[in-house]
Amino acid sequence: MRIIVCVKQVPDTTEVRLDPVKGTLIREGVPSIMNPDDKAGLEAALRLKDSSGAEVTVITMGPPQAADVLREALAMGADDAVLITDRAFGGADTWATSCTLAAACGRLGYDIIFTGRQAIDGDTAQVGPEMAEHLNIPNVSYAAAIENCGDHLLVKREFEDRYHEVKVNTPCLITALAELNTPRYMTPGGIFDAYREKEITTWTRADLPVEDENIGLKGSPTKVVKSFPKTVKAAGMKIERGVDESVQFIMDKLKEKYIL
Amino acid sequence: MNMVKESHGVFVFAQQVDKTITNVSYELIGKAKEIAGELGTEVSAVLVGSGIKQLAQSLVEYGADRVIVIDDEELETYTVEPYTQAVAAAVRKYNPEILLMGATAIGRDLAPRVAARLHTGLTADCTALDVDKEKQELLMTRPAFGGNLMATIECPDYRPQMATVRPGVMVKRLRDKEAQGEIVLFDAGLKKNHCCVEVQNVVKHIAHKIDIQDAKILVSGGRGVGGKENFKYLYDLAEAVGGTVSGSRAAVDSGWLEKDEQVGQTGKTVRPGLYFAVGISGAIQHVAGMEDSDYIIAINKDGMAPIFNVADVGIVGDFKKILPELTKAVLAEKNSQKQ
Amino acid sequence: MDFTLQKEYKAAQQLFKDFAEKEVKPLAQEIDEQHRFPRETVEKMQKFGFMGIPFPKAYGGQGCDTLTYVLCVEELSKVCATTGVIVSAHTSLCADLIYKHGTEEQKQKYLASLASGKKLGAFGLTEPGAGTDASGQQTKAVQDGEEYVLNGSKIFITNAGEADVYAVFAMTDASEGTKGISCFIVEKDTPGFTFGTPEKKMGICGSATNELIFSDCRIPKENLVGREGKGFGIAMSTLDGGRIGIAAQALGIAAGALERTVSYVKERKQFGRAIAGFQNTQFTLADMATEVEAARCLVYKAATAKDAKQKFSIDAAMAKLKASRVAEYVTDRAVQLHGGYGYIREYEVERMMRDAKITEIYEGTSEVMKMVISGSLLK
Repeated sequence: MRIIVCVKQVPDTTEVRLDPVKGTLIREGVPSIMNPDDKAGLEAALRLKDSSGAEVTVITMGPPQAADVLREALAMGADDAVLITDRAFGGADTWATSCTLAAACGRLGYDIIFTGRQAIDGDTAQVGPEMAEHLNIPNVSYAAAIENCGDHLLVKREFEDRYHEVKVNTPCLITALAELNTPRYMTPGGIFDAYREKEITTWTRADLPVEDENIGLKGSPTKVVKSFPKTVKAAGMKIERGVDESVQFIMDKLKEKYIL
Repeated sequence: MNMVKESHGVFVFAQQVDKTITNVSYELIGKAKEIAGELGTEVSAVLVGSGIKQLAQSLVEYGADRVIVIDDEELETYTVEPYTQAVAAAVRKYNPEILLMGATAIGRDLAPRVAARLHTGLTADCTALDVDKEKQELLMTRPAFGGNLMATIECPDYRPQMATVRPGVMVKRLRDKEAQGEIVLFDAGLKKNHCCVEVQNVVKHIAHKIDIQDAKILVSGGRGVGGKENFKYLYDLAEAVGGTVSGSRAAVDSGWLEKDEQVGQTGKTVRPGLYFAVGISGAIQHVAGMEDSDYIIAINKDGMAPIFNVADVGIVGDFKKILPELTKAVLAEKNSQKQ
Repeated sequence: MDFTLQKEYKAAQQLFKDFAEKEVKPLAQEIDEQHRFPRETVEKMQKFGFMGIPFPKAYGGQGCDTLTYVLCVEELSKVCATTGVIVSAHTSLCADLIYKHGTEEQKQKYLASLASGKKLGAFGLTEPGAGTDASGQQTKAVQDGEEYVLNGSKIFITNAGEADVYAVFAMTDASEGTKGISCFIVEKDTPGFTFGTPEKKMGICGSATNELIFSDCRIPKENLVGREGKGFGIAMSTLDGGRIGIAAQALGIAAGALERTVSYVKERKQFGRAIAGFQNTQFTLADMATEVEAARCLVYKAATAKDAKQKFSIDAAMAKLKASRVAEYVTDRAVQLHGGYGYIREYEVERMMRDAKITEIYEGTSEVMKMVISGSLLK
């Protein structure tokens, strides 16, 4: 069985701070990590590899330093890694990204594709289903559990207040939630192998069967008009007094606001 | 892809589950009405399901000028392919300039598949939708970079301009029982989906409490609460004020609360009238989910916690001492008001 | 000479740091208070290959090196010195002994299980009458046909009772002095091999420190490591490597105490401002940080020398001598800068201070380190 996992290198947005003076983001020194939803997809693939034997290939579209997340995936147990990198792909929105990744998957061949539900920097949660559409394969999103049954999968598909037990034929695409599983740690030996023994294949524009009008900034139906820091809600009153005074203060405010 | 110039109308995907319209659908119709007003066009709701014709009227009452009903056995339980076929068929026929969907577990799966099928642009999790009158196009604003930045997106050359919006962000209009609208039964020409996805079983989670998104008062606890037993202070206050308990991701991850009680970027967005933030530091991941609350009262023993930057009232102190006294004071006040 | 860690070492360091934060740190205070061996943490570490880092894959290890192993012990010790020493004693004193001195059969039988994480190891040299003067071994091993019979006891043994495999030293020929000491592998549950009551200690309270008691304990003669009379040399060469592990533990304790203190002084306010704003705090932190970095350089240097198959005994002795004293100094200043809170268990620096003390003592006291270092200077 051949499994492809799409991963993305993202800044650890829990570590990002706003410059209090300029109101802009402080991006330096923010560590880069593998997007948490994607890591869950990788773990799901590795578990299928453990239980049924499968070849797991990780792919990522990004700048050259995105190779680091591929190394991490190899260290966790993935078999192969492909870095898709080219200036031509830059500035892509989800349509262009999904076209590019779909082309890569088409070239590699697959039975199952895993993507994370959303990236913590882009947060759009679209690339997975859009890829499935380009590849004309079924997709199941919000997978909370996956069982391999040979030519099909049984997936527990989560909704807000219920779940569906879904049978889906392969080839198919599954989007994973970070809550799906607890990803395994890498092993020290796995890390050394990933950096010293294993090769990462690099594909540029020329290597992908995809049209110019579907890649990069030019191939993106959506465009950013502007970006700006959030207007910070003005801080209100803050007091540090004894318990009785604090309680009285709150009660006065609640009455003032007609909440009581 | 439909021609930009010829497209018109603001469409809203009216999500329904088990023959009940999901609240976000009404919220989106409310916003769609505003947008349509600025563009000089009308609002249509697209209602998809099986045995759901009778729901169309409520969509009209909440502001839809027209409801396009796609009623077919294939659409009984949501799976992405038949729903995509249905919505895409309606869009191809009616050529709207805008299509809105709720960013729900359904919408976030359906919207991208529809967008890709129609070869158009989709902007997800919008917190604001505005109209550029000059260009006659939609401006979609959404948080980026983990919520630390806002970005405004446009989709100039492709139609429909698609956007998903989280529940609780837009406001639904008052229901007008006298409202009249056009209800159209639409045959989407659905092909039976043999190949791919089959729902074998539907299992509901046990619902036992008020959805925090519907609560008017929330008493919310974070890491600073320190343990499941300490939440009793919050439950006591919530009962006294007539509110509901919720929490930050830290509280949920520690097992003190359930996932559906989580407020924040990876939880729910809430906008209650009153929000108590107890032992919550105020990291952006949480604040993004509650900052539109009307009134925020924060209690934290760390005077430098970022929550104080968004709170209307900030109390630096120990919640274990403050909450019991506050609960007593609230009960006393309510008792005296009854007399 | 490039003093920066290459990418694979940085990635490994990050792995150890993540593991330490998520799996080890939450238990640190509890196992210290309850004097409880963290069995669940050991099982996790065994699963992810932390117990066989420097050994070849052919023997079930990770195929990394001493430097990687040192990074592991350092990161673990930053949050829990107990967990650090469990890994160190197992890896340097037991597994490495068999790797360097065992026969191929012994490596297949024991090293493979130790390195792959199926079994835990320990090292039994110290006796009530033989500490720094290890030559006075009273435990005896007498050959009887196809077996050796062991009688005697060991004291203060790390991982005692929890480990499955023990490298034990005993006198086979008392007339030969140190050349009459031999090394044996003894498995737990061998009849005649029992344990004493666990010691209650000042620090590393979660580490199992116990007596090994041999009473007509019979082991196969194949469990002799090397040859009769070679035991003392094996012990000394093994302890050389062990010193690097303990130096890494001490370094971790110091680095962990420094990190906590830097956070604390930024938050703590007195006289209207954070105490980090006072020059006394700043200068003390500068001294602490410089000492930690100096210790780090010595520890990494010793590890690198061992990996390059150079002589490393002096480097190891210097690293342990320096790092253990730095651990004591830094933890002492850490408690002081925390003020009253530094004395309170919940703030963890008092535990680090208690943990630090042993690093000057076990696997060769600071005094022994000085003997080794001055011995090489004055040759």
